[in-house]
Amino acid sequence: MFNVFEIAGQISRFGARAAINAFRRPFEGAEIVRQFAEVGWKSLPLVIASGFALGAVMTLHTRSTLVMFGAAAVIPTVQAFAFFLEIGPLVTALLVAGRVGSGIGAVLADMRATEQIDGIESLSIDSFKFLVVPRIIACTLALPVLTLFMDFSGLLGGFFAEFAASRLSFQLYIFRAFSDFQWSNFWPPTLKTCVFGFTIGTIASFFGYTTNEGAQGVGKAATKSVVASSLLIILLDVLLIKLIFFMFPGSAL
Amino acid sequence: MTNGEPRAVVFDQVSKSFGTKQVLNNVSWHIPSGEALCILGRSGTGKSVTLKLTIALLTPDQGKIWIDEDEVTQLAGPGLSRVRRKIGFLFQDAALFDSLTLYENLALPLQRLTDKSKEEIDFAVDRVLGQVGLANDKAKMPSELSGGMRKRAGLARALVFEPQILLADEPSSGLDRITASEIDELLLRQKAEHKTTLIVVTHDVSGARRVADRILVLDRGNVIAEGTVSEIEQSENETARKLIGGKE
Repeated sequence: MFNVFEIAGQISRFGARAAINAFRRPFEGAEIVRQFAEVGWKSLPLVIASGFALGAVMTLHTRSTLVMFGAAAVIPTVQAFAFFLEIGPLVTALLVAGRVGSGIGAVLADMRATEQIDGIESLSIDSFKFLVVPRIIACTLALPVLTLFMDFSGLLGGFFAEFAASRLSFQLYIFRAFSDFQWSNFWPPTLKTCVFGFTIGTIASFFGYTTNEGAQGVGKAATKSVVASSLLIILLDVLLIKLIFFMFPGSAL
Repeated sequence: MTNGEPRAVVFDQVSKSFGTKQVLNNVSWHIPSGEALCILGRSGTGKSVTLKLTIALLTPDQGKIWIDEDEVTQLAGPGLSRVRRKIGFLFQDAALFDSLTLYENLALPLQRLTDKSKEEIDFAVDRVLGQVGLANDKAKMPSELSGGMRKRAGLARALVFEPQILLADEPSSGLDRITASEIDELLLRQKAEHKTTLIVVTHDVSGARRVADRILVLDRGNVIAEGTVSEIEQSENETARKLIGGKE
């Protein structure tokens, strides 16, 4: 148990160091763009496909119940609220934790095992600033963007499922989806994914950058990155939802 | 720190342990500028750790390490960066960055740490790649290079700042004799043409005999012999004599 607190403390210090270094020169713009493409662009197909499928499945599941109560007209509203408030941010974060978190953990652990990190340090380059900070920034910035793609592809999937069942027009679907929607339903849940992104980047980088177990550490770092970041994302989600309700009472349904 | 001859590197009563394993135990040695020191010893006796301590990739538990007039264990930030730029490090597996081409591997430190223009960087990269015979391979990724080419590429990167001191960790490991002797020749040429101080960790006794002005023999974290090849051959220590391949 003590070990868990010790690691939590180390990760917190690691994240704080990254946050401070993010505002110090040099700003590693090229590396951030490269990592953003790695995290964001390459995750896009996974996020869009997952969002579309989830949207369709959710409509198929909820439709029969809502029709029974004569509430078929609220299906688009339910879909929009569900995706923008919770499914989009959470599922995107978990998908990225799986795809990107494991990748960052494994790459950095491999660089440690093959002395590439020592190589960078020996050239008087700050390896933490060069390797860790851009990855964390990229995760932090990419998550909200990916979440938007998840939200809208979920709506699109829901629309196709609804259209197949009721021939509802796209214009009416979108109108009903956003008729009761407020900005406070959109911004806080979308921006909370920055916290998820920072968490994924920090945890994955921590386990990869600090490993000292050679080749064996590569697999361990990848696994630990996914497990720890997924768990922490779910726990943080609870806290952030309470915080959002506190700061934006209008967003509570 | 220097008495008489200028000393490039000085280890003064240095100890280092990892957990309960004592890797170096009050080790002291020095190397004059422009000479070549080969460190021999059985596996796990602290040879590579010695190199990493020299360039401050590791910190000693006790003792002092001097590079010229700088005590590296006391340095951090810009001071440490300045000292590290005097040192080139050829890693055992070259440690090239997987995701960058050979050109980018060499240009990276110049782009980040100097004010050189692109033309000047291109010239510097071409110069060191020419030195190691890889002038036509700069667009290749590290994964496309053979073992010998990787070593030479690692050496090129180590030389890109024109270092005063070159550290080489097992420069001939995993190479055939011909390629290994080519690497040794490159090290000797660097020493002769640029008066570079060499510190080479190796298991290759014939390479050590060819390259070294002096040999340092480590065993279980202690210096058990130090001197020229002939002095080590006549050392009272049996392990040292065995390692250098002298009379038992």
